[in-house]
Amino acid sequence: MSHHIVEVTDLEFTYPDGTPALAGVSFRITHGESVALVGPNGAGKSTLLLHLNGVLTPQRGRVRIGDVPLTRGTLPEIRKTVGMVFQDPDDQLFMPTVYEDVAFGPLNLGLPADEVARRVQEALERVGAWELRDRPPHRLSGGEKRAVAIATVLAMGPDILVMDEPSSNLDPRARRRLMELLAGFEHTKIIATHDLDMALELCERTIVMYRGRITRDGPTLDVFTDDLLLENSGLERPLGLRPCPACGSPRAGRQAASRTATRP
Amino acid sequence: MGSIEHAFLDLGRLDRLAHADTPIHRLDPRAKILATLVYLVTLVSHGKYEVSALLPYAVYPAVLAAQADLPLGYLARKLLVVAPFAVLVGAANPWLDRTPMLALGPLTVTGGWVSYASILVRFVLTIGAALVLVATTGFHGVCLGLQRLGTPRVMAVQLLLLYRYLFVLADEALRLVRARGLRSFGRRGTGIKVYGSLVGHLLLRTLDRARRIHVAMLCRGFTGEFRTLRSLRFRGRDWAFLVGWSALFLAFRMVNVPRLLGSLFV
Repeated sequence: MSHHIVEVTDLEFTYPDGTPALAGVSFRITHGESVALVGPNGAGKSTLLLHLNGVLTPQRGRVRIGDVPLTRGTLPEIRKTVGMVFQDPDDQLFMPTVYEDVAFGPLNLGLPADEVARRVQEALERVGAWELRDRPPHRLSGGEKRAVAIATVLAMGPDILVMDEPSSNLDPRARRRLMELLAGFEHTKIIATHDLDMALELCERTIVMYRGRITRDGPTLDVFTDDLLLENSGLERPLGLRPCPACGSPRAGRQAASRTATRP
Repeated sequence: MGSIEHAFLDLGRLDRLAHADTPIHRLDPRAKILATLVYLVTLVSHGKYEVSALLPYAVYPAVLAAQADLPLGYLARKLLVVAPFAVLVGAANPWLDRTPMLALGPLTVTGGWVSYASILVRFVLTIGAALVLVATTGFHGVCLGLQRLGTPRVMAVQLLLLYRYLFVLADEALRLVRARGLRSFGRRGTGIKVYGSLVGHLLLRTLDRARRIHVAMLCRGFTGEFRTLRSLRFRGRDWAFLVGWSALFLAFRMVNVPRLLGSLFV
């Protein structure tokens, strides 16, 4: 049985104040895929993400993770499988020290102490934050907070990583490090982002959302070169696919394109 | 606004002090909490005109601060931050209570002045002891100890989260105040109405954040119980610390040490 598949069918959701957020969304993401979820503000990306591990329950439609349909009864199982990295790391890091924060999830899973210790160390080393373990989270830099937030999720041993704007508020170096980190993960990844260049590098597939609907679901390069679609969905070409602003040659674009295209 | 920022950064220093490793730091938090509790109760239970009998109590924070290598200047500054409260609380006493208590030559000291002095001494000693407790145990340690001592879990968790998000909240408040400052000129824009909406805004943001944090906790399997890796062990030296100091405080409560010393020499 594979837990790595995410299947959403005809998902609809309207907020209590009457704002429609999702108006019939369907897709299927399979094992090991890395998918970018893009769209302008208010397109419904975050609402969709909150459905994937049951923070919100569908008003209509279905969510399936692997063979398990998302219901109240399967929530614990689903939340173990789907790791969610929130946009603001301050929301995710609430324990007094980094170590305890990363241990929070595994302890809640009821794992024995030595297993918890092993997982915490593994997760923190994976994101390169092991030496931060005794620091209080509110004293970390933005990039460090983000890394630790990812470690808190990794420590739960999820098969699927769901991330909301992982590269927001990071300086260029920290963003680069984050992208290298994410590229090394073998998990199925779903990344909601405005950082289209990151999407171009990390994700072979892109889902475009606009006003609660999916307007396009296809290979990232095809999506980001379809100017009409981007225009109609409130987006624009990523910088990597535009002519070089200094010399006007389209080289920069082609390089990025070939890089994405040749990835296995 | 620099002062608020500074006050919060300073709080972080209290946190760092708690990370040191001295015999006092290594004591079980429960021993320190209970000893401090006995200290506070005995200290506060003295009569309202008592000053001299309170003085020996200074031994506890002084010895602990010395053994734990706490910087005294820093603790003194922290004391000053809260001082206005104590200074104001007792400020009316000298006017309300004019019974003459003792005469120093031509100067008559009234009961009000004596009780005011007593309040100030108590303030310095109690807050000093509390600061030393936090600086040697850490806020988290205090919460954990309280929980193990039987404080309802909800309270301990609330305290922990309050402390964690104090910084985030202060940051948000600071940004709001700064934004207001940039667009209000002179006294315009700083009135009570604007202040009201500012505070309301802060409340809404806080509620929003609380919801997001709760969601994040649920996503990591939170079921209402804070599990922790730290285990506490109450060892012999913890008992010694608790019993020794408590006995001393009780002795201070029953015997006025300065008067006893005085009567020995005079």
